[in-house]
Amino acid sequence: MSIEGKVWKFGDNVDTDLIIPARYINVSEPSELARTCFIDIMPEFSSNVSPGDVLVAGRNFGCGSSREHAPLAIRESGIRVIIANSFARIFYRNAFNIGLPLLESAEAADQLQAGGRVLVDLAAGRIESLDTGKVFSARPIPDFMQKLITDGGLVAHIRKRTTMRS
Amino acid sequence: MPMTITEKILALHSGRDSVSPGDFIEAKVDLALAHDVTGPIAIKMFYDTGVRNVFDRRKIVLVADHFVPNKDISAAQQVKRLREFAREQNLDYYFEGGEAGICHVILPEKGLVAPGQVIIGADSHTCTYGALGAFSTGVGSTDLAAVMATGEIWLKVPPTIQVNYTGARGPWVCGKDLILKTIGILGLDGAHYCALEYTGDAVKGLPMYQRFSMANMAIEAGAKNGIIEADETALNWLAGRSTSEPLILRSDPDARHEKRLTIDVDELEPQIAFPPSPADVRPLSGVDKITLDQVFIGSCTNGQIEDLSDAAAILKGKKTARGVRLIVIPGSPWIYRKAIEEGIIRIFLDAGAVIGPPCCGPCLGGHMGILAEGERAVSTTNRNFIGRMGHPKSEVYLANPYVAAASAVLGRIAGPEEL
Repeated sequence: MSIEGKVWKFGDNVDTDLIIPARYINVSEPSELARTCFIDIMPEFSSNVSPGDVLVAGRNFGCGSSREHAPLAIRESGIRVIIANSFARIFYRNAFNIGLPLLESAEAADQLQAGGRVLVDLAAGRIESLDTGKVFSARPIPDFMQKLITDGGLVAHIRKRTTMRS
Repeated sequence: MPMTITEKILALHSGRDSVSPGDFIEAKVDLALAHDVTGPIAIKMFYDTGVRNVFDRRKIVLVADHFVPNKDISAAQQVKRLREFAREQNLDYYFEGGEAGICHVILPEKGLVAPGQVIIGADSHTCTYGALGAFSTGVGSTDLAAVMATGEIWLKVPPTIQVNYTGARGPWVCGKDLILKTIGILGLDGAHYCALEYTGDAVKGLPMYQRFSMANMAIEAGAKNGIIEADETALNWLAGRSTSEPLILRSDPDARHEKRLTIDVDELEPQIAFPPSPADVRPLSGVDKITLDQVFIGSCTNGQIEDLSDAAAILKGKKTARGVRLIVIPGSPWIYRKAIEEGIIRIFLDAGAVIGPPCCGPCLGGHMGILAEGERAVSTTNRNFIGRMGHPKSEVYLANPYVAAASAVLGRIAGPEEL
């Protein structure tokens, strides 16, 4: 699957309170969550992001709370993939579980510029800057996670398993 | 094969003789937890799996603790969903109202946690139970839904970082300071995907409530779990609370630790984490005059009865500074009652504090003490990210209960020695 979109750029240690502040998680409807995504650090994000856009961040993206509202809000806002130097572990699980793929590449995280255009081949882990032509390769997604994605996320994975058993 | 305590627990729960860091395993779960924020999504995902009944109604705990007493209609709807699900599934453990407190305080207090267990909770501070020698970690709602459906979870076995605390703590130095110091050294992702194993004489000498603070904040260094081997202190604490048979496991002397770190606590002062990072940690003596608008004592990090009595010992016979709002929230109804019986609540009230009902309170900026633009607070909680307790331009300084109490009296960040 390939994704082409605009880059939204963030720094290191973007925590879940910055992705969606706790005062907005008294609801769980994804479309409502998307409205307040990044409201404290980038208030223009939710109204300007387009489906297919790509989020690029530094180290430890999604650290802090376990709230799945964070990847839900990002996915629902239209972002199709997040590229970062590294991800906090609960965020990493949550994103794959809900079908939001993540790629790790320190070089891409460093060199892709805000507002630039990027082309991402998820299966190959290939990231291309359409502005500079530079190509980056992401760390391969572990086989176990690949299987989750192939099954369509964790819920579908479980559904498949329980159906097979019965 | 030599293993760490974390590896031993995971091997036992996945039916293997041994596991190594990086192995993907499916582990059996002894206890699963969700609350009013993460529960409703987990419930929806649970039914989406097609499974009709939870794997074991005695092993799932739901606690309404974040936005309770219900702060608005949306929060009330979320709690209602939690309550309905508990009834639908006939769960043994659903805590709300006068039975509820902060989940990470309630679960050990009710005897639901035992050494050697695997505990999975849809809350990042689920790592708290590692203080009792359990493997416990936080996950999101979908992971929890899968646990409720199958009783198992997929995990990648984490490498272990062992932190050895040596020496003797000075007065006013708590487990909170040991962990703040550790996070300051490691950074917000210094224990990324790792198990943090706390050991050494200084940890063995810590009372249980301060061990909970240490395990609780493992996540702030990016760790998967924080763990302390259960010893006599832990077993004494469990006696009369837990009826489960404890499974006492220890790291082998030749177990592989990815990293070993030694922290000498002899010279350690109370530590302050500056906003907006729990890893920007400085010794109290290095803090300039920082005036305050609010002080909060409570949370899953420092909401135990002894945390409150430590703060009360400082506040006894004193008043909070003019212009400072002191908010105290006991971690559970049992703690609240005990604090009344022991005269602790009276000390807080005499000092001018507001006492809140057991809940997460202002820790996550939900309600019960939100900060306005430009306001500053000292808090005994675990996070001080931008906007964590209110306005994005408010500031939160993390500290232990002694420092929080002294700061409330002086109206600026200060230690008890200044009183």
